[in-house]
Order: sequence, then structure tokens, then C-alpha cells
Amino acid sequence: MNQARPGNGVASSVEGAAMAVEPEQSFLGLETRGAHAWFSAHHALANVSLKFPERTVTGLIGPSGCGKSTFIRLLNRMHEFIPGAAMAGQVLLNGKDIYAPEEDPAMVRLKIGMVFQKPNPFPAMTIRENVLAGIKLAHLQRDDHDSIVESCLTRAGLWKEVKDRLDASGGSLSGGQQQRLCIARSLAVEPEVLLMDEPCSALDPASTLRIEETIKELARKITVIIVTHNMQQASRVSDYCAFFLTDGGPGYLVEADDTRKIFTNPKDPRTADYVQGKFG
Amino acid sequence: MSMMQNSDSFSEVQPERPWAKRPEEVRRSAIKFVVAAVLAMVVVRFTGMAGIDGWALVLLGTIVVATYVAARKLSGKDRKNALVAVGISALALLAFAPWLSILISVVTKGYQALHWTYLFNDMRVTTPDDELNMGGVGHAVVGSLIMVAIATVVTLPLGILSGIYLTEVRGRLTFLVRFIVQSMAGVPSIVAGLFVFTTVVQTMGEYSGIAGAAALSVLMLPTVSRTAEEVLKLVPDDLRNAGYALGARQWRTAFMVVLPTVKSGLITAGILGVARVIGETAPLLLTSLATNGFAINPFGGTLGSLPTYTFSLLQYGTEYAVARAWSGALVLLLIVFGLFTLARRLGRKK
Repeated sequence: MNQARPGNGVASSVEGAAMAVEPEQSFLGLETRGAHAWFSAHHALANVSLKFPERTVTGLIGPSGCGKSTFIRLLNRMHEFIPGAAMAGQVLLNGKDIYAPEEDPAMVRLKIGMVFQKPNPFPAMTIRENVLAGIKLAHLQRDDHDSIVESCLTRAGLWKEVKDRLDASGGSLSGGQQQRLCIARSLAVEPEVLLMDEPCSALDPASTLRIEETIKELARKITVIIVTHNMQQASRVSDYCAFFLTDGGPGYLVEADDTRKIFTNPKDPRTADYVQGKFG
Repeated sequence: MSMMQNSDSFSEVQPERPWAKRPEEVRRSAIKFVVAAVLAMVVVRFTGMAGIDGWALVLLGTIVVATYVAARKLSGKDRKNALVAVGISALALLAFAPWLSILISVVTKGYQALHWTYLFNDMRVTTPDDELNMGGVGHAVVGSLIMVAIATVVTLPLGILSGIYLTEVRGRLTFLVRFIVQSMAGVPSIVAGLFVFTTVVQTMGEYSGIAGAAALSVLMLPTVSRTAEEVLKLVPDDLRNAGYALGARQWRTAFMVVLPTVKSGLITAGILGVARVIGETAPLLLTSLATNGFAINPFGGTLGSLPTYTFSLLQYGTEYAVARAWSGALVLLLIVFGLFTLARRLGRKK
């Protein structure tokens, strides 16, 4: 377990103190090596090298504008939809570069799912159709849709609330339920990694708690990477934490470590200041 | 009083609307309106102003005066507010007037010739001067529906696809496609008719319904395409991103997520296109011409249509012919109304 820990001395900086990530063929999970991101001429993210071991939860924390969302969108090739976007470095899933020329971006996104900040169920579909949407959209062959619907909604913690109205519109649910429906929808295509970009920022505390339980449950089977502005949330749900910062230039990784260590005894004083609420 | 409350604690509270107009305010404005209306009638009676339009014009003046008198006690700001309110309401009614006037004249003049057999008969053995219980408009309805249906079948997919190209694909030719659609919107209908006349009618050597449908398609496409583009633009990017994040390709996201989301808007785009062309006369005179009897083959020979039916009957100028022409216009309006109602039904969510 110890060798799979992300950011064990992986801290990097804008100055480019490139840190060597030793090639490790056996590493299972998601990994970035020297990842940069640009929006046209704007250098948004610099030199992030991180490891996300499989079946763990990693929290990405840091003040607004430090490139957390950009980074997470780099991980499943959603970054390239923005006109003028560019990147450098490598993103490896189980040792394979997802930006390799032979990789199909749609297949990458099938393996690395994403839940967005704002709940976005498909309004023209029912709850059931929403859960099955990914299977239809990606042309997957699956038997027994009923059991997929039940198991995904159960894992997302929504089954009990909606089992009697699966044919209601997805838009008829409350905000928190919609977000859990979006999580269920992402799970139906059986991703290996689930990216969550501030999934609870639009939700009330009760729904947030519900989704945090869901995340812990998910981490038994898949890798979860969650961007959050909520320090308590990061400390509650994540096994590892990565702290990002910007000094006006591109965002960079300050340090990444065990969540407990980040919150009790971080290496960098700026991390300590941030997690204690002294700035940001 | 206990701090614990539940819903039963409020059973004696009655709902109120403190922002609503008070009864005396309503009474005052009613009195104001009645005084102004009577005053306007008196003015119309004793001056050169005449008719309903003269009365409406005078009424506007008297209401302004009445409002001013009623508001004399108010502060300058409130007085100005009252006068501006009257002005805005009057302008709104003014904008409403042409619509109402068209509807009233078509209904009042068109109902005379309207009876059940009128809808199912044609004019093959009836002369325009025959009594109104003979003949009918059936052949024109059938012809119009055939041509508009063909034009819709051709145009709706094209318009939606060009909308998808402009909003979803955003390819390199976006500028060109938008330019062409906008120029097509500016093509006068007679030019579209001439274009089809030289390309289709002269090539086939005869007038035909398909030529009429082609001319209508040329006119319909820009309306459908622009409406579809506007509707598709309303779909939030969140939904597209959600589709992509599930491993869907762009086309599948467009067809399975974006299009179903705006289904009712796309139906509206089609209906606006139909409404745009169903009353077109000039291009049909050059392409499908007109018939007196039923014709249902769009691929050869002339085809009747409601606008050309109305147009040719008006040319006769006799009493019954003109009555029939108005009925043709009324049937046209009823068909458009029926299509709009149908589209609303179809577009409504389950």
C-alpha cells in the first residue's frame, strides 16, 4: 500500500523542479506525469504529477482558479472540447497513455466517468432512461436492464426513494436526488475511475452527506477523484488529498499525501494555512 | 406561547393579497373608462369622426384627458406614471388591431359559403357564379396539403440537420451555411417560383405539384433552419458534456440527448415553416398552377391549392365568386390553426 500512495514526495512547483516518477509498469489506477494545460495563450496548469491508486478516494483541494477543474477535465479528455485548449505531459490509466494517438477519446470517457458540479440529468428522459442513457449512447450490449437500473440506483443511494416512480421525468427530482441520479447514470457504464467536480456545491447538507456516503461506498470498487472546496468534506471522504495553488500564474500542485497528514502535519506551510482556513 | 410549532398552528390564518388593487381603485378606473367612452361617443356623434376606428381614436384622447384629470391631485411622478401606463396600453391595443381586424373580416365574410359539402366538393361542374350551396374547396385543400406535406418532408430534416451543423458540429463551413440560409430567407417568393419554373417545370415540360412543393421548400428551408438553430442553441452545454462524459460520440449525443430535449421546439420550427409557405400564391402560379377538380398526383399535371383558389375566384369579382374566395381564405386560416393545435399536442411532454 505504501508504494501506491500518491505524491510521496511528488510535490512539484512552477519553477519546474521536475520530479522523477519512476516507471512502474505494475501501477494500477490513474496517473499523471508532468501534466500542463493551456486555454489558448493562458497557461492554466503547470507540471502536475500525481498518482491515484485504484479503489481509493482522492480529494483535490485549493482556492478557486488554481486549476483543479482544468486538471480533472484533463483526466478524461473533456479538456479538449474547449476551443483553443492545449496540453502537455502524460495521463496514464493502468500504465496506458489515454492521449496516445490510437486511443479513442469516447472509449477513454467510457472508462473514466465524470459527475459535474451542476446536476444535469437528461430532461427528456425518465429516471430509468437516464440510468440506461450511457449504455444506449455508447452502444454497449447489456442484458437485463432492470437489474442494472436497480443496482446503479442502489449504489448511488437513490433506489429506495425512486423505485416506485422510475418512469417519472429526471427533472422532477430534487437537486440532491438529481445529482445522485447523475452518479447512477455514470455507474451504469461501469467506469474504472469516477471524476467528481464539486458534486455537492449546489446541494444542502443532508444531500451532501448522502452523496458522501455514496462516494465511500463506490471506493470499494472504483477509483474516485473529487474536487471540493469544502475542507470537512475532503477530510471526511478522501484517503488522499492533493493541494493546488496559484501565484497569479498557472496553477500547480503544492503537495499530495495521506488526507490525515495533509490536515494534521502537512510538509508545506501554505497547505497548513489553507486547510486551517487562514486563506482561500 | 410554546416555541414548538406545526402546521396546525396556522389554521386560522387567511391568505391575503396586499399587493392587489383596492376595490375603490378598481371602481375609480372603471368610472374613468365609462366616462371616457361616453364622452367619445358624444364627440363621434357631433363631429366628422365616424365608425369604430374614429370612436377608438377619440376614446384614446378622452382616456388621456380623463386620466390627467383623475391624476391632477397626485404627485408629478405618479401623474407621469398614470399617463405612460395609458400610452403603453394604447400602443399594445394598436399592435393587436390589425390581427383582430384580419381575423374578423375573414370570419365574417368567409362563413357565408362555408358548409359541409363545401369542404368535400370541387369546382369541376360548378361555375364561380353558381349558388353557394354548389361546388366546394376540397380539391384546393387536398392540393395544398399534398404540396405542403412534400415540402415539409424535404425541409424539416434538412433544416434540423443544418441547425445541428451550426450548433453541434460547428465545422469549418459554419459561416458559409449561415450565410446561405440568411440569403435564402431574403429570396422573394416570386423569384423562388421563377427558379423552379426554369429548372423543374421547363425540364418536365408541364406544371406539377412536385414543382410547387419544390418552390415551397426553397421558401420554407430558411425559416425551419433558423428556428431550429435558435432552439438548439438553448440546450445547455451541461447536457452535451454529460453525454460526452458517458462515452458517447458527438453525433449520438446530438441525436439522442440534444434533439429529444428540444422536441417541442423543433416541431414549432416545422409549424412556423408550414405557416410561412401555406399561404404562398405567386410561386404556385408558376409551378403547380390551379385546377377546378380533384387532383392528387403531384408528379404530373396541375394541382389545386387554397391560395390560387382564392386568387382566381377574386379575379371573377362577382358576388358569389368573392364569397367563395373569402371562404377559401377562412379554410386556410382554419388549417393553419388546426396544425398549430396539433403541434402543441405532439410537443407536449408525456
